[in-house]
Amino acid sequence: MFAYLVKRVFQAIAVMFVISLIGFAIQDNLGDPLRELVGQSVSEEVRQELRDELGLNDSFVTQYLRFAGNALQGDLGTSYFFKEPALDVILKKLPATMELVFGATIIIVGLSIPVGVYTAIYPNTILSRLVMGISIIGISVPVFLTAILMIFVFSVEYGWFPSYGRGDVVHVFGPWETNFATVDGWMHILLPSIALASIMLPLFVRLIRAEMMEVLQSEYVKYAKAKGIRPWRIYFVHALKNTLLPVITVGGVQIGTMVAYTILTETVFQWPGMGFMFLEAVNRVDTPLIVAYLIVVGFIFVVTNTIVDLIYGLVNPTVNLARMGA
Amino acid sequence: MSLLSVRDLSVKFAMRDNTVTALNQISFDLAKGERLGIVGESGAGKSITGFALMNLLSRPGFVDSGKILFQGDDIAQMSDAQMRRIRGNQMAMIFQDPMVTLNPVLTIGQQMVETLMAHRKLSKSEAEQIAIVKLREVYIPSPAERLNQYPHELSGGMRQRIIIAIALLLDPQLIIADEPTTALDVTIQADIMELLLELCETNKVGLILITHDLGVVSQMTERTLVMYAGRIIEAGRTREIINDPQHPYTQGLINALPQQTAPGQRLKQIPGNMPSLTAIPNGCPFSPRCEYVQDHCRTEAPKTVQYTHVEVACHEVHRLHSDKAEEMNR
Repeated sequence: MFAYLVKRVFQAIAVMFVISLIGFAIQDNLGDPLRELVGQSVSEEVRQELRDELGLNDSFVTQYLRFAGNALQGDLGTSYFFKEPALDVILKKLPATMELVFGATIIIVGLSIPVGVYTAIYPNTILSRLVMGISIIGISVPVFLTAILMIFVFSVEYGWFPSYGRGDVVHVFGPWETNFATVDGWMHILLPSIALASIMLPLFVRLIRAEMMEVLQSEYVKYAKAKGIRPWRIYFVHALKNTLLPVITVGGVQIGTMVAYTILTETVFQWPGMGFMFLEAVNRVDTPLIVAYLIVVGFIFVVTNTIVDLIYGLVNPTVNLARMGA
Repeated sequence: MSLLSVRDLSVKFAMRDNTVTALNQISFDLAKGERLGIVGESGAGKSITGFALMNLLSRPGFVDSGKILFQGDDIAQMSDAQMRRIRGNQMAMIFQDPMVTLNPVLTIGQQMVETLMAHRKLSKSEAEQIAIVKLREVYIPSPAERLNQYPHELSGGMRQRIIIAIALLLDPQLIIADEPTTALDVTIQADIMELLLELCETNKVGLILITHDLGVVSQMTERTLVMYAGRIIEAGRTREIINDPQHPYTQGLINALPQQTAPGQRLKQIPGNMPSLTAIPNGCPFSPRCEYVQDHCRTEAPKTVQYTHVEVACHEVHRLHSDKAEEMNR
């Protein structure tokens, strides 16, 4: 188990190395930091001097090593716009995004399992067919369109929900302010969470349905029936546990993907998270912030995947983590 | 009253635009504690018979007509809830491949305890005690430790022993074993069969053994049904069927056994293949492969008749017998 963990951490480090290389390459090639720093009135000689001073004329490797060294110490550069360390800017926005992802995850997990199981057990009912039809629409319609439609219907037409912002948040600690402590906070997070879940939810319903249907055909399910086990136990113990094994793996990747989807959702709902921040950073050509965002999101991706792999090993008795470490 | 009485059972499969007949009006009885073998080639309908008895036919298969009387009640008419109470309780089944029969994510203990608790009001620890006793009966070493193990930690032979133990958990009246050793190592096959025989005898459990191995049938069972293309073509006491088969197909099966051929000689196989269920020939289904075939065999389905000591479905059985007698006299 420990050996596997160490192995997995080394893999994670390798992935982070590649991400940092890409991030740095972007910083190195995107825009001229001098233009952002000094404007147009400075002469070419002064510019060259400044370049030397900032180390911009050093070789790519030297510059990358300096960048990586700083990054390891938590210094991902300074945002041109905020005039603050980029990492600090992101960390301030991170809780809002994470709460949004959390809300969407709750919706996805809470709905996809019962709906997926139902449509697998009763594939031919009208309800199942309806669900499968709607799920195709859900996958096909882009998040920003879903979000705008929801604002139009529920905020503009009916006025049930607010259309932007986080509303009343309660401070927890550090930069973390939560939406889940006030009714107003709940009202504000509901629409964005649904919008964010709108693509992943149908995907998971379909995935769980397909896996479950396959498992229901297996010998061990037939055998459980032959033993006289009650149907609900066959469905939710024998079949569901086997169904969820592949779903966990896919789910881990999708959590990372969902962080990326927050860019669209947060922009439409003016949600003050890091996705919205990223889009603004792109508009302002705030290169250090863009790169820092990439690295932070990459980091989240790698960490969730590592955790999911470990969970998979714990849930699936046929995976021997001790042996996989060797 | 017999334990099990099957009358004119027909099983069909609903295809896109027609139905095919997988079992054609089969009838047989099983007395309490009796052991019955069902033999035939692949596709003869042996396994379908087993699953029909458990009311476990998977779609598109269904019981079209006939009765399956188990202790006097018709299984084919039972509701799912009634049937659930019988399955695993009064009637247990042993599946073919122990490697895929047990659920990979549940421990042996969980899979045994749930079976007991599905039928009896027991606490978990009481159920575990019964499970340990039954594991000991099938000669599993250190049974208490096995309860916490997962199926993949055990060998195929060990798993099949556990499946036999699960079959015996609730002291059933009848065990249906569908080729219980086909997927196992040859060296373990004999052990498992011996164990099954011993347990059925000591517990007075009825056994329906589905197999294509005539040797196994002769050791294990008292009576035998020979199936071909969804029909029972010969039925009787095992010893008599093995020693003096009447139907040309049964004769062919026995002649094809390796023991019947001198070393170095080609095995005597029956020419041709079993017809597919969608293209069963008219008349006697065996007629295209039969060396004694007559014209009426191809048009008229043979009736099952009592001949000497067996029941057999063959038009030519009388002639066949006199031919054989002549041969012997010569």
